[in-house]
This record gives sequence, C-alpha cells and structure tokens, in this order.
Amino acid sequence: MQIPPTQPSPPHGGGEGFRGRPAMTFSDTGYDIAHLLGGGILLLSFVLLYQRRLEGVITAFAIQGGLLAAAAAWQGWVQDEPGLYVTAFLAFGAKALLIPLALRLLLRRLGLHRTVEPALGIGPSLLAAAALVGLSVMVVLPVTAGQAQALTRENLALALSVVLLGMLMMIGRRNAISQVIGLLSLENGLILAATGVRGMPLVVELSTAALVLMLALVAGIVVFLLRDQLSTLDTHVLDRQRGEGP
Amino acid sequence: MTLHLPWLIVFFPWAGAALLAGLAPRGRWPALVNLGVSGVSCALALALLAWPEGVQGWTRVDAVNQPLVALAGIIGLATAVFSAATVDAERFEGLRARAYHAAFQLFMGAQFLALLSDNLGVMWVAIEIATLASVLIVAVHGTPAAIEAAWKFFLLCGVGIALALFGTILLYLAAQPVVGQGDPGLSWAALRAVAQQCDPGILSLAFVFLVVGYGTKAGLVPLHAWLPDAEAEGPLPITAVLSGLLLNAALVAILRAKAIVDLNPGVLAPGPLLIGFGLASLLLAALALWRRRDARRFFAWSSIEHMGLSAIAFGLGANLAGMLHLMGHSLVKSAVFFGIGAAAQIKGSQKMADIGGLATSHPALGWALALGIAGLAGLPPFSLFVSEFRLVAAAAAVQPWLVLPIGIGLLVAGVALVRALQALCLGPPTPDAPVPGAFTLPGGLWWASGPAWALMALAALLGFALPAWFTALLGDAVRLLG
Repeated sequence: MQIPPTQPSPPHGGGEGFRGRPAMTFSDTGYDIAHLLGGGILLLSFVLLYQRRLEGVITAFAIQGGLLAAAAAWQGWVQDEPGLYVTAFLAFGAKALLIPLALRLLLRRLGLHRTVEPALGIGPSLLAAAALVGLSVMVVLPVTAGQAQALTRENLALALSVVLLGMLMMIGRRNAISQVIGLLSLENGLILAATGVRGMPLVVELSTAALVLMLALVAGIVVFLLRDQLSTLDTHVLDRQRGEGP
Repeated sequence: MTLHLPWLIVFFPWAGAALLAGLAPRGRWPALVNLGVSGVSCALALALLAWPEGVQGWTRVDAVNQPLVALAGIIGLATAVFSAATVDAERFEGLRARAYHAAFQLFMGAQFLALLSDNLGVMWVAIEIATLASVLIVAVHGTPAAIEAAWKFFLLCGVGIALALFGTILLYLAAQPVVGQGDPGLSWAALRAVAQQCDPGILSLAFVFLVVGYGTKAGLVPLHAWLPDAEAEGPLPITAVLSGLLLNAALVAILRAKAIVDLNPGVLAPGPLLIGFGLASLLLAALALWRRRDARRFFAWSSIEHMGLSAIAFGLGANLAGMLHLMGHSLVKSAVFFGIGAAAQIKGSQKMADIGGLATSHPALGWALALGIAGLAGLPPFSLFVSEFRLVAAAAAVQPWLVLPIGIGLLVAGVALVRALQALCLGPPTPDAPVPGAFTLPGGLWWASGPAWALMALAALLGFALPAWFTALLGDAVRLLG
C-alpha cells in the first residue's frame, strides 16, 4: 500500500514549492501525513470488518469519520483550498458525532446488544478484504502512471480500497445497521478520493456531504419502520416478500 | 436576472413540492394541485422544444435532452391524471398523503435537472435526489413488502450512485491537467472539447465506474434486483414514472459519459461493454418473463428487457434506434402501467391469475392494455417496432452474429408478452372486487384509459408519422452522441 514511489516526487506541480516555501521538507511532510491519514482510514475499514459487536462497529465508524475529517482538512491545508475545511467540518459533525450517536440511541432503544451475525465469516472476509486492497492497487497505480501526481495516485488507490471494503461489508453482513455502516464507510472512501484530487470543483464535496446526511436520514426512517413492522433488524427475514407466491 | 427556462422547468415542480408538503390533505385538493403543477410543468417542458440550444452555467439545452424533457413532462402529466383518480384507493393517512405528493414533484424536478444539466456533478446530484424521492414513495405504504422493496432499492442504488460518483471524480482527474481547476472540469461541453488530450487509462477506468454505477439505476442485469420489487410494491402511479423516466435519466448519463470517452482513440471501446450488459439484460429478462405471477413485476421485467435493447442499440452505435427505443418504451410502458394499475384496482389483486377478460368486461381499458402489450412485444404500429427493426438491421450490418442472440431474446420475450396479453385481456372475465375509493371521480375509468390511449397515440406517431422538425432534432441528437 504505502510503497513510496521510486523517485519521491513533490505532491503537486513540478517542485513549485508548498505555499511558497521551499519544496523539499514541507512537501514530504504533506505527502507523508496525507498517506498516514489515508492508511488509517483503510485500517479502520478492516477494523469494521472484524468487529463482532455492533457497538464496536459504530465506534470504529466514528473513528474513521474523525480521520476522514482530518484527512480532508489536511488536504485543504496542502492544496490551499479553504472549501475543503467545510468538507472536513461536515464530515466530522456528521460522521464522527451525529450518525454514531443516533445509531447508539437506536441500539439502546431497541435493547440490542447482541453480536453481529456475519453472512460471511470473519476470517474469509478479512482474506477477501486483503485481496480487494491488492486489486485496487493493481488497478489504480498502473492506470494513473501517466500523468497524475504521486499523492493523488496513491490516495486514489487507498480510496478505492475503502470503497471496495465498504461494499464487502454490505455483502457480508445481514444486520441492517451493519449494512448502513458499510454504505457510509463506502462514502468515506468517496470523500477521501474527492478531496485528494487537486482542484475538484466544490460542488461535488458539498453534495457528497449533504448526501451522507440525507442517506442517513432515509436509512433511519427505513430502519425505524423496519422495527415497527418486523421487530427485527435482520434483513434476512425480508427475503420472503417476493410477491411471487401462488 | 432574465428568465432562464431550464431552471424554471426544474424549480417549478420543486416549488410545487414545497406547496404540497405544506398543504393540509383535505378532500381532493392535493391531487388537484398536483395535477395543476404537472400540467404547467408539462407546458414548460414542451416549450423547451422551441428554446435555442446552448450551455448556460450548469445547464445545457441540446437535441439530446429536448425530446426527453418534453417526454418527461408529458408522462408526468399523464401520471398525475392517473394518480388523481387512484390516490384515494391507496388510503394514505395525513402525513403519508403529503409525503407522497411532495415526493412525486420532488422526483419530477430532479428528473428534469438530471436531463438538463451540463455539469456532470450536478447531474449526479440530481439523480441522487430522484433516487431519494423515489425511495420515499416506494416506502410510503409502510407494509413489510414495501419496506423490503424500499430497502433493496436504497441499498443497491446507494452503492450504484456511489460508484458513479467515483467515476465522476476519475473523469475530472483525467481532464484536470488539460482543463485546469474549477467548474469547467466537470462540464460536459468542456470535457468533450479536451477528451482527446486526456489520459486514456484514467478515462477507461472512469467509464467502467460510470457504467456500473448508473447502470444500477438503469436496471441493467446483473444490477437490476431492485427494480421488480420497487415497481410492484410502491403506489400504483409511481410505477409509470420509475419505469418511464428514472431509467431513461440513468441511461442518458451513461450516454453522456460514452460521448466523452468515444472521442479518445486510446480508451477501451465503450460499445462492447454496453452490448454485454444489454445482452445479459435482454436474455435474462426474456426468460424471467415466463415465470412471473405478479402482473406489475411482469412489466417491470419487461422494462429491464427494453433497457437492455436500448443499451445494445447505443453500444452498436445505432443511436437513432436507441433514442427512438427509449422514448417509445417510456410512452408504451407508462400506458401499460396505467392499464394494469386500473385493472389491479378493479379486480382487487395484482396477480396475473386474478386478472382476465378485461377486453370483454371493460372494453376501453382492456383494448388499451392489449394494444400496449402488443406494442411492448414489438408489434406495429408503435415506435418500438421501428426501433427494434432498426436495431436488428444495425446489428446485422456491424456484427452479424449478434442478430442471433438479439433475435432469440426478442422472440422469447415477445411470445411471453403475447401469452400475457391473452391471459389478461382476452378470454372469460374474472370476477370484480373493486378497491374502495378507486375511480370515484366523474368519468370513472377514463382517468386511466384516457392517458393510456393518449400516450399510445403519441407512440404510434413517433413510429410512423414523425413531423419533419422532430426528425431533424433526433438527427442532431444522434450526431451529438457520436
């Protein structure tokens, strides 16, 4: 993952310097910290996959949200793009605080403290996750070799891994809350990608942030309805309603 | 600020949505306001046909979206007419009635924006809003089946939409060294202008993500699982707009992306990818049609089949056949859903076995449904016949071996549809068990059969009596899509 390029290149532009200062040291720091944060987000995607308790899943998601906010803010600093601070702020508010809090309240309201029942075992899902990370590195790095900067390329590989792991979590868990968290963590990967690309028009970041709230809102409504109608969060039960009975 | 028609088309339904959300659901008022808003939207959408082409800010007006926006306006109005007569039978209480009407107009506005946007980021946001609004409408009944449908819809389309955003980011990444930073990086016009200098590797990757992402929304196999459930379990009228409009907007998004990557010779050829998805959709749907017992699921599968056919047409480069097929399918399928929706309310069930002999018991409705199903099977006199003929001809010219799978798919699906036609419309009538509250407005069943006949007349016109200016418009669209 964190393979440094054979020739360490500055994160942006051909050595134009970072915020007007000499290119060498600061650029390398910018590069390293962005990598550290991106790698941390990916690590938490793995944590999400091996947690057995729902509370643990929610905590890991909250930490991931916090790291994402830090990564976005760091990109805002490196790229000198104040709009990214807004993205960071929204990500922190929604993903590190609001959504985990709401999900915890929901769990408490439902009196659910049981463990997650994975459709795909913990071991196999971690193996699959490692394979997916390898896949995304193998897809992104060669394809972008031509023109993009090193920071962007590797950020993109990290982001694609987070996206794929989020999908894996949605497939590998039967619990409605885990599936929603899988989707939200997938969105984390998207924001990581969007903030890592230099000069991405703001409209995308804002819409993504707004989207997350809306998705959570809809998910919340749906989950509440689920409880009213079915008194279970196990989406496996839903497979009966296919309307194709005799 | 001068009046800018595209934004007016988008914001008028949204203003209507706000009004409907605030309006107390008393008597028939919400349905009538909904009808009024849809009527004005339809007039505005038709006025767009006379609007000069061009890009302004985030929106563009061109030959690709002019006919589709007009089509969306017409189908929106027809659906509002049908909805006015059937909404009482859906038995919404207070909040649900407000949510239903407001979400319908929210959906329509987002639908227009998705078609009209020049900025791919804005288009993505619009499709996202349309998805959220339609999830709400599908779930509005709150029954276990509706919740399951909404849940599946929400999860699958959430993933699809997310992948599409990733594709959009990659598209910008490819263009960034050439167009620079800021808004132009996602403008369709700007991207097309620089597509040749962009990095082909990133463009290929972007296109794959966009096809898979928006393909989920367009209901292409293997990403179709949400569609039959969402169309069968939501309120009756939403089925027509889901099938007739949402799928089109998603496919147009794919076409816009294809028009960009087509210009770069180094990119993987987009055609085979679309043809592959299209063939899978056509063949799976053709087989699935034989196993359906639920009438609305049956026609939802037929939508998958037709989206597959359109994808094949665009993949082959037969853009005229593709555009005609999209429009013809929207018109005929909406008409069929009005017919089958009304039949489900007359018979009190949407099982195929409970609906029969409509042509004898309710001639105006039954014959409309029969003609519509025949149209879906590709029989004349509708535009689907013309577009399928052109599609097969194009396949024979470009890739002769493709004619075989396409022909088998068309035949298997067509026979299944004709069998359904016989079961639903001909033969001895099944007993009526009307849902209380359905079609109590003066005029009765004409609120369903009227719009159905009108849409089918348009579909026939589209196939065989196109005015010259409209043919010219479609020709421009074909050139624009490359």
